[in-house]
Amino acid sequence: MSDETATIESPTREIDKVVIRLAGDSGDGMQLAGARFTDASALFGNDLATLPNFPAEIRAPAGTLPGVSSFQVQIADFDILTAGDEPDCLVAMNPAALRANIGDLRPGGTLIVNEDAFDERNLAKAGYDSNPLEDGSLQGYRVIRVPMERLTKEAVKDTGVSGRDVLRSKNFFALGLLAWLFHRPEAPVIEWVEKRFADKPEIKEANIRAFRAGFTYGQATEAIKVTYVVPPATLPPGTYTNVTGNTALAWGLIAAAQCAKLPLFYGSYPITPASDILHELSRHKNFGVRTFQAEDEIAAVGAAIGAAFGGSLAVTGTSGPGLALKSEAISLAVMTELPLVVVDVQRAGPSTGMPTKTEQADLLFAMFGRHGEAPLPVLAVASPSDAFGMAIEAARIALRYMTPVLLLSDNYIANGSEPWRLPKVEELPDISVPFASKPNSPDGRFLPYLRDLHTFARPWAVPGTPGLEHRIGGLEKEAVTGNVSYDPANHQLMVDTRAWKIRNIANDIPPVEVEGDEDAELLVLGWGSTLGSIRAAVRRVRSDGEKVATAHLRHLNPFPANLEDLLERYPRVLIPELNTGQLRWLIQAEFLKRCDGLNKVTGQPFRVAEVEEKIREILKEAR
Amino acid sequence: MTYTRADFQTDQEVRWCPGCGDYTILASVQTFMAEMGLPKEKIVFISGIGCSSRFPYYMNTYGMHTIHGRAPAIASGLAASRPDLSVWVVTGDGDALSIGGNHLIHALRRNFNIKILLFNNQIYGLTKGQYSPTSELGKRTKSTPFGSIDYPFNPISLALGSEATFVARTVDMDRTHTQQMLEAAYRHRGAAFIEIYQNCNVFNDKAFIQITGKEERLHNRIDLREGEPIVFDGGAKAVVFRDGRCEVVETSSVDPKEILVHDPTREDPTIAFALSRLSHGPFGPTPLGIFRKVIRPTYEEQINRQLLEAQSRFGPGDLDKLIKSHGTWQVSG
Ligand SMILES: Cc1ncc(C[n+]2csc(CCOP(=O)(O)OP(=O)(O)O)c2C)c(N)n1
Ligand code: SF4
Ligand SMILES: [Mg+2]
Repeated sequence: MSDETATIESPTREIDKVVIRLAGDSGDGMQLAGARFTDASALFGNDLATLPNFPAEIRAPAGTLPGVSSFQVQIADFDILTAGDEPDCLVAMNPAALRANIGDLRPGGTLIVNEDAFDERNLAKAGYDSNPLEDGSLQGYRVIRVPMERLTKEAVKDTGVSGRDVLRSKNFFALGLLAWLFHRPEAPVIEWVEKRFADKPEIKEANIRAFRAGFTYGQATEAIKVTYVVPPATLPPGTYTNVTGNTALAWGLIAAAQCAKLPLFYGSYPITPASDILHELSRHKNFGVRTFQAEDEIAAVGAAIGAAFGGSLAVTGTSGPGLALKSEAISLAVMTELPLVVVDVQRAGPSTGMPTKTEQADLLFAMFGRHGEAPLPVLAVASPSDAFGMAIEAARIALRYMTPVLLLSDNYIANGSEPWRLPKVEELPDISVPFASKPNSPDGRFLPYLRDLHTFARPWAVPGTPGLEHRIGGLEKEAVTGNVSYDPANHQLMVDTRAWKIRNIANDIPPVEVEGDEDAELLVLGWGSTLGSIRAAVRRVRSDGEKVATAHLRHLNPFPANLEDLLERYPRVLIPELNTGQLRWLIQAEFLKRCDGLNKVTGQPFRVAEVEEKIREILKEAR
Repeated sequence: MTYTRADFQTDQEVRWCPGCGDYTILASVQTFMAEMGLPKEKIVFISGIGCSSRFPYYMNTYGMHTIHGRAPAIASGLAASRPDLSVWVVTGDGDALSIGGNHLIHALRRNFNIKILLFNNQIYGLTKGQYSPTSELGKRTKSTPFGSIDYPFNPISLALGSEATFVARTVDMDRTHTQQMLEAAYRHRGAAFIEIYQNCNVFNDKAFIQITGKEERLHNRIDLREGEPIVFDGGAKAVVFRDGRCEVVETSSVDPKEILVHDPTREDPTIAFALSRLSHGPFGPTPLGIFRKVIRPTYEEQINRQLLEAQSRFGPGDLDKLIKSHGTWQVSG
C-alpha cells in the first residue's frame, strides 16, 4: 500500500447470518480458503454449515467451467441447519467461476472479483462474448473489483517464492479481504499457516503476507463502505470442534472399537467420496487401527469378513459402484452371521455418474441389493457430526446381533462440516460382546448356530480358542449345529430366523422423534443429509403460525417401532429425498400409506426454499 | 502337541466322488498337520467354491468355506488382523485363476503369511465339467464341444510373476512329496503357493498320467532338489540353462558342469521362471518341487511394526485428544 491511501473507518453492521461462496479454478485453493474461513468462524463461536462443490475431473482445463471449484459456508449467530440457499457474498477468482456461480448470488449481494483474471483469453474460455465487469450485466449486485493478482505479486515479492508459486497465494489474499469484511479473527489463519508450512518457510511467509495484504486492502479501499459482523451463536454449552462427515465417521469407528474393546480393521478401495475415511483411519495406527487398501472392493469386504472371523471390529467403506461389487460378499456375511459394518458414502449414480455430487439413491440397493433372502440393518447418517454416533450405533448392532450392517452417508455429509459439541469420552456406551470361550452344549460340543434367546445372535467363537474349532460358510446351515444342510424345512426355518433376527432389532433402537405440532395436518419425513433443509423449512413455516411436524429416520431397516403410529397420526406425509422416491417406496409398501414426495436429483442438496414451498403447497391443498 | 490323523477328521460325510484325488490330498494334509503338532485351534482353512473348496468341512480346525474366488482376500484380512494364526487357503484352478485371479496375485505379492494350496484338476469339477483356465488348448468339454481356444495359464509362472516368495508343485498321488511340500510351505515365513496336480476321475481322468503313471513318470517327472543337479529319466536326461531359458538335454551330451544345480533361494526369479516354462502342463517332462523360496518381510510383520512405531511415537491412542485435535472452542452456559 502506498502511503497516500489513508485507512478508512467503515461502519460495521451487525447481521444474524451470512452465506459466503468462494469460487475459482480447481487450482486456486478455494477449498482451502473456505476451510480456513470456516475454522476462524467456528473459533469465533458462530454456528455454521458448509457445502464444498468440486469438479469431477482433478485437472479440468484451467479457466473453464468444468474446472470451477467452490466452497460455500453459512455462518450465523443462531442454530442454523444448512449451508444456505443463496450466497450473500460471492468471491469469483476468474470469469468461469463468475459465470458458474453468479446465478445463485442473491439480488443485491456482494460480488468480489479478481479483475486481473478478466482478460480476453479467460473470458473466451468461460464463454463470455463481452466482459461482464464492463457491460453492465452485473448492475444488480454490489461489485468490488480487486486487482488480486497484482496485489498478491506485490505482497509476496522478496519472500523467495517465484514462478507459479507467486500467484498460488492469491487465495490467502482473498481470505484476508473476507476476514476484514466479516470481522474474522486473523490469528487462527496465521497459526494454521505457520503450522502447515513450517518446513516451507518461503511459502509460509508468502501466504501470511498475502493474507495480511488482503486484510489491509479492505481497510484501505474506498470500495468497501460497510463491514459486517455476525456475533457468536448461543449454542448449548460445551466444547466444540468443526468436523466434516468423513472425519467424524472415521473417528466414530475408532471410538466404536474402543467401546467394543476390539481392534479396528478397515478394508477399503479408494473411491470418491469415501476415500477420506481410509486416509483418516490410516493415520491413527497408534489406536491399533489396521487399514488395508485392497486390490478392489470385493477384496476389501472379503478381508473385512476375514478380520471379523478373527475377532476384529471389521469395517469396509465405499461408494455406490463399490457397494455393487461387495454385494455377493455381504450375503456371505449374512449367511455366516459375522459382525461387519459396511459404509456407503453415496454419490450421484448410476455407474460412475457424478462422483463428486451428492445423491441418496442407494437406499433401495442397500435394502435389497443382495441375492436370496438376505435382510440386514440399514442405518443413515443425518449430518456431518451425526456420523460419529452413527458409526458407534452401526457397530453396536453388528456386534450384538452378529450381522452385517449397512451405514449410509453421502457426499454432502462427507465433505460438509458443522460445529460438533464433543461428547464426553467416558460417557460413550459400552458395546462390547463376549467371545464364546467354552462349548455350549451339554455333550461338550460347540454349536456355532445355537442362538441367544433374546437377540437370536449366534456365538462368536474366534480362532485360537481351544475346543471351539468349527467351520462356517456360505452353504445353508443346519439350525444349531451349523453343519451344511439342504433339508427343505431347515432352509425355511433359517430364512425365517435370519429375517426375524433383523426385524427384532426394532425393539432395540430409539423411537423416531417428532419436532413440531402433534396436531398438524402434515408430517415431513426425511432421512440422511436432508435433515438440515427439512428442519429449516419446517421451522420457517411454523414461524408463520402454520402447523407442521417433522421426523427424521436414522434407522431404515428395521424402522423404529413407533413409526407406524406416527404415520397414522398425520393425514398427509411428505418425504423429501435426493432420489426419485426410494424411502417413499419403502414406506408405502410397508405401511400402505400414501405419501407425497419431493424429489430432486441434480447432485445438489435441497435448498430450504424448495422444501418450504412444497410444504406450503400441501398445507394449502389440505385446507 | 501330539495328534493323530483322526484328530483332524470331522464328523461330516466327505462328499467327493469315489476315487477323486481330493481324498488323497485330504489324507496328506491331515497326516502332515498331525505330524507338525501345531495346536489345531491355531489353524484356519479358508476356501472358495468348487469341489476342492469343500475341504475345510473335513478338517477339524477353524475354517470358512467362502465364495467363489475370494478365499485369498478373506484369508488376507484374517492374517492381517491375527498374525498368531496359521492360515491355509484351499482353492481350485477355476477358483484361483479365473474368478479369483486378482486376489491370488495380490495376496502373493503382499506376502501375507498364508499357505495357498491350488488343487489343479484342469477342469471345473463342481459345475460338472467345463474347461478351466488351465485346460489345454483344443480340450473338448461340455462348453467347448469344438475344442478349447483359450490359451491356458501356467500357474507356477503366474505365481512367480506375482512376486511370490515361495512357489512349489506337487501331485496328489505322491503323498510323501505332498507332505514335504506342505512342510516346506509351513516353515516358509510368508506367502506360499503350492500347485497340487489333482486327478478328477469323473471329468478329466488321467490328466496327470504323464507324471503319475508307472512307466510315464519315470520319463517325465523332474524332481527339483535343492543343491542337486537337475537330472531325470533315470539320469539319462538333464536340465541346462542356456540363452536365458531352460532346456532338456541328453545327460551324456553335455559337460556335467553345465547341468543346472537347483537353487530355489536365488533372489532373481529368472531361472525359477525358466524352469516353470519347461512344461506348459503335465504333458511331458514336468518339474515337481520347490521353484522359489526367498525371504521378504511379511505383510503382517510390517503392519505390526507400523503399529508399534506409531504407539511409541504418539503414545497409545487417546480418543479425547483425537476428537479435539482439529481445534476446539468453548461455549459456556
Ligand atoms: C459367483 C459364482 N459364479 C459361479 C459359481 C459356480 N461355480 C462353482 S464352482 C465353479 C468352478 C470350480 O472350478 P474349480 O475352481 O476348478 O474347482 P473344482 O470343482 O474343479 O475343484 C463354478 C464356476 C459360483 N459358485 N459362484
Ligand atoms: S467332480 Fe471331479 S473333482 Fe469333483 S469330486 Fe468328483 S472327481 Fe473330484
Ligand atoms: Mg478344477
